[in-house]
Amino acid sequence: MSARASPAALFAAFFQIAISGFGGTLPFARRTLVERRGWLSPDDFTETLSLCQSLPGPNVVNMSIVVGGRACGWQGSFAAFAGLVGAPVLTVIALGALYSRFSGVDQVRHALIGLGAAASGLVLATAARMAEPLLRSRPWVAAPFIGGAFLAVAILGFPLPWVLVALAPVSIAAAAAWRRWRR
Amino acid sequence: MKSADTVAALAAQFAGLSLVAFGGANAVIPEIHRQSVEVHRWMTDQDFAALFAIAQAAPGPNFLVSTLVGWKAAGLIGALTATAAMCAPSCLVTFWVAKVWDRYREAEWRIAVGAGLAPVTVGFVFSTAYVLVRAADADWRLALVTGASAAVVFFTRLNPLWCLAAAAALGVAGAFG
Repeated sequence: MSARASPAALFAAFFQIAISGFGGTLPFARRTLVERRGWLSPDDFTETLSLCQSLPGPNVVNMSIVVGGRACGWQGSFAAFAGLVGAPVLTVIALGALYSRFSGVDQVRHALIGLGAAASGLVLATAARMAEPLLRSRPWVAAPFIGGAFLAVAILGFPLPWVLVALAPVSIAAAAAWRRWRR
Repeated sequence: MKSADTVAALAAQFAGLSLVAFGGANAVIPEIHRQSVEVHRWMTDQDFAALFAIAQAAPGPNFLVSTLVGWKAAGLIGALTATAAMCAPSCLVTFWVAKVWDRYREAEWRIAVGAGLAPVTVGFVFSTAYVLVRAADADWRLALVTGASAAVVFFTRLNPLWCLAAAAALGVAGAFG
């Protein structure tokens, strides 16, 4: 990775990613970091993303921490993170304030009812897109855990951290066994 | 209600969720919903659906729903507390793990951990969809909107924002009144 990324440049790059990222920031992160700024090669980007995906927290937030940290240590992480979250947090608070001010207006209420229905559809599609490659590559070790996590959280209403603690070790053991068996 | 207790509850809730939010905030929406609607009663189901919709429509990462939940529960201080609590623990973990990452990049156990967490995460995201669909779809017309937007996003490369805009426009036009 090139050393040209200063904290100020990191702030600017991640600010740009944040404000373009309507309905998903990842494509914009790739465009900015790989194509525009050239801080990461395409392979670096994929590798960094897989690191960020296997850690808790939003992928793009983790990416700001990793890319910033590699360039300039914790100052870089902080600058990239601040660039990424500052504007969206202020925007969304302003929208929330408008919502509570105008939630009595019929048109606002109806627009949000429609928006909510469409937004839930987006999440359904995201889940399906995430499930597809897993179900294709290893249906027998993926499907029971997708189904089990869904059943426990959505239908039975168990707290999510418990479900994670109960299912993750079994799922990881199954994945390890599957990898050994395939070799 | 908007007391120090609420702010403390927000901090504890989101700091804990931050560390289990594999795949981002979408995986922990069912738990945020359970805590804020059922346990603490900071808002109704409809409020939650509306706040989620606003967070989706705004630019930026998907943890913004935590900002709005904090704001609804305890105003500006709640919004900032929830946001900081949702981000700080996972960011510290990421910063530290990234430093030792290269050493373990090819390790068999690390690959297995990634491969094992993935299906559980996907099950959580399906749970999120379930919670949101139940909160948002009060009748068949709204269910149709949900189905249509899911299909468009799954089968095409169209920007999802068009689905949100079209659904909001239908709402303003009175299609769900």
